Amino acid sequence: MTSPLIALIPLLPLAGFVVNSTMGKRLPKSVSGGLASLVMLASFAIAALTVWQLAGLAPDERLITQTLYRWMSSGEFTLDVTLLVDPLSAVMLLVVTGIGSLIHIYSTAYMHDEVDSEFARYFSYLNLFAAFMLVLVLGSSLPVLFVGWEGVGLCSYLLIGFWFKKKSAADAGKKAFIVNRIGDYAFLLGMFALFAMFGTLEMRGIASAVAARPVETGFGVLSLATLLLFIGATGKSAQIPLYVWLPDAMEGPTPVSALIHAATMVTAGVYMIGRNAVLFSHTPETMQIVAVVGAATALMAGSIGLVQNDIKRVLAYSTVSQLGLMFLAMGVGAFGAGIFHLYTHAFFKACLFLGSGAVIHALHGEQDIRNMGGLKKYLPVTYWTFVIGSLALAGFPFLAGFFSKDELLFETFAEGHQILWAVGALASLLTAIYMGRLVFLTFHGERRHDAPAAADAHGGHGHGHGAHGGHPHDAPPAMALVLIVLAIGSVGAGYVGIPAALGGHNALGAWLAPSFAPPVAAGRAVAGEAAAEAGGEAEAHDEEHIALERTLMSVSSAIAIGGILVAAFVWLQRREIAANMARSFAPLHRLLLNKYYVDELYEATIVQPVQAVSRDGLWRGVDVGVIDGAVNGVGAIVNASAGVLRRLQTGSVRAYAGSLFIGVVLMLGYYLWR
Amino acid sequence: MIPLSHYLIVSALLFAIGTAGVFLRKNVITILLSIEIMLNAVNLSFVAFGRYAGTVDGQIITFFVMTVAAAEAAVGLALIIALFRTRESLNPDAFTSLKW
Amino acid sequence: MPESVLFYVLSGVMVAASGLVIGQRNPMYSVLLLIVSFAALAGLYIVLDAPFVAMAQMIIYAGAIMVLFLFVVMLLNAPQEDAAGWDRVHPLRRPGVARIGILLAVVLVAELGWALSKVVALDSPVGARADGAVVGSVRELGRVLFSEYSFAFEATSVLILVAMVGAVVLARREGDA
Repeated sequence: MTSPLIALIPLLPLAGFVVNSTMGKRLPKSVSGGLASLVMLASFAIAALTVWQLAGLAPDERLITQTLYRWMSSGEFTLDVTLLVDPLSAVMLLVVTGIGSLIHIYSTAYMHDEVDSEFARYFSYLNLFAAFMLVLVLGSSLPVLFVGWEGVGLCSYLLIGFWFKKKSAADAGKKAFIVNRIGDYAFLLGMFALFAMFGTLEMRGIASAVAARPVETGFGVLSLATLLLFIGATGKSAQIPLYVWLPDAMEGPTPVSALIHAATMVTAGVYMIGRNAVLFSHTPETMQIVAVVGAATALMAGSIGLVQNDIKRVLAYSTVSQLGLMFLAMGVGAFGAGIFHLYTHAFFKACLFLGSGAVIHALHGEQDIRNMGGLKKYLPVTYWTFVIGSLALAGFPFLAGFFSKDELLFETFAEGHQILWAVGALASLLTAIYMGRLVFLTFHGERRHDAPAAADAHGGHGHGHGAHGGHPHDAPPAMALVLIVLAIGSVGAGYVGIPAALGGHNALGAWLAPSFAPPVAAGRAVAGEAAAEAGGEAEAHDEEHIALERTLMSVSSAIAIGGILVAAFVWLQRREIAANMARSFAPLHRLLLNKYYVDELYEATIVQPVQAVSRDGLWRGVDVGVIDGAVNGVGAIVNASAGVLRRLQTGSVRAYAGSLFIGVVLMLGYYLWR
Repeated sequence: MIPLSHYLIVSALLFAIGTAGVFLRKNVITILLSIEIMLNAVNLSFVAFGRYAGTVDGQIITFFVMTVAAAEAAVGLALIIALFRTRESLNPDAFTSLKW
Repeated sequence: MPESVLFYVLSGVMVAASGLVIGQRNPMYSVLLLIVSFAALAGLYIVLDAPFVAMAQMIIYAGAIMVLFLFVVMLLNAPQEDAAGWDRVHPLRRPGVARIGILLAVVLVAELGWALSKVVALDSPVGARADGAVVGSVRELGRVLFSEYSFAFEATSVLILVAMVGAVVLARREGDA
């Protein structure tokens, strides 16, 4: 069915952007911030309404579209801008608008110290980001998705480099944009390949066309196309090899990190694969690569996060790691599980980031956890919401993260990828450990931070609060409220996906299943297969499956709890163990601390050669030498020849007569010769 | 009977003498005189050809050439007078204001 | 044959006089020698059965143009040409333009001679035809002049007018009416 309301979902934030960018300077903070949050809430309301409408339809027909206009038509190819709401986009819509609204509200308090014009600029970018993200989610064709894809990349750049006067922030913004661009290039190539093969860029059209074909064996053109799309996803969703921008992106304001780099933008890659599930299912070679890359990234990022000392960096690497798990799920065909984890992760990661924002806010800009400690009694709300978020992330039983992570790992194991399961489990163990470390170092133990006025190392986060009696204050109401809501979500969000093993019927998986099936049921076998691969739990009713799942569930719980206990032991009781380990494994410690020197590697192998070619080759060689040289050379030639030729102007009449005569003689000679 | 070639050789000689005069002399009046010599050489060859071909056309052309030569001599001499008034010299090398 | 003798004598005088013209230092002598050359040329015209042209030559050239030259020479009190050191040097040793001039003159003669040698019919004698009377007839001259060349005739008159005006303008002193 169609609905005229869908367009409003991205248009409202877009309108917010227009207002705040043009008139923001003149508006007081309450108006600009309030307007931005209001449009987000309105967008959420309309999204909720649309989803409710969607739910009212039969499961096979859950599709609401709205065609806006014809974008391009060339020969026989036409492309309309069409917005589409189906179960998958419904989930994404609610996440983006819901968590987006919460973060807008949080930001009104967090960014309060900025001047009015900067405040408005922040909210204009945030709204613009929301608009583009919604376009990405709602687009029914790859080009429309790509518009959103690029747009969120742009907003990411704008927001990371929000405090652009600080060089590290400006550099981080550029790095994010350029690395994303590399991925986008691959994405474009993938799009071209798909267009060449299928003649259409509508994702549902591609899914139908692909479903009619057999699954590709070996690495063919289709696998190449999906691989290219996946490379684009590695850029946007920070996987190996294009993840390097995400840790640096922490230079941006913390709510930005929460929204863009935890809950929404980085999940775009996962969403894209989910949206094209049928296509990807037909290319097992690429799926294998996706799964391996996801698992490897999860492990690598987890190991780096273990030794980082900046509170936001730990969370950033944690995000990369969790995204890796999501891609692992998508790669083994558990599309529903991947989206489930995306959804729960949005809650607790946003909660954690915002909580860290509250900590930073309270400590006036301090971000190094070695300088924190003992904050538990000063920041109770922050502490408890942070703890809940951490437990959810670690996979503590019966919190949101537990269900999604467990399902993900179970699917991996059930599909036969035991090694990848082991890697994922190891990554989860690391997650538990480093989150425990983070909580204990930040909030527990004796207070290591100085009086608030002192530390202002990170972030252009100037604070007006002078005297507080010397101890940090908890989050202001706007921030606290959001933290609490997100904490509740971290607990309860998982209950929509309770697996059969525990007595539930995985409502989320069933809800999402139609999105991962081919649009037209081209034979029950194919549809059944896709549904089975996608949702996961819909048919797993045999005892063996359930027993296996319960076993794995207990393993995951053990890992989570065990990890937290290890962290408690080391960082709560015997800090010296950590120091001793760092000393005895010093090279390894250094390797992890320096992020496996990947940035340095890229710098040496890619950045420096490109710069050298550009500077010496293209700039000095071509631009200055050839082009300028040619232009200047023409001038110089004219100059030189003029210098020579002007000697003809001797002013002497006889010389002129002489030249006349020479001409006569020559012409005469010529004609006589002929 | 004088062959035509003889007349033409004489004409060529005269022309060459006139040319040499233009380049060798450092007095503009003498240069003009050399030019007159050249014109006369041409006249001679025209008349010779005309006689050879049995028409009066050669003489008519000569007639015109003479007229033009007269006009040109008049104007040229007027120029020389004007120039002489500015530079007080009849040496063509004195008039090099247009030198680069 | 008297005609040949006349030809050689007259042409010899003419060439010699012309050669001396360009060799004289005093322009007055040059002018006078040129008059001699023109007279010889007029004689040659008569040998060529062109009496009208001969008369015109004497009247216009020797009578008008050369007199004009004389006037100017005497008016300007043209000084003796500077007997610069190199003037006395043999022409072939004179620097620059002079050398070029002589070279070009030689080249020109060579060219013309070569050209002439290619034209076979030139050896036939001039005046072989018996139309000397026709050619020399002033009546015939006039008839052709005013019929076929009438336009050129008129144009020439305009030319003379223009030249006259030009000469007057150019030679005028500043401030003169």
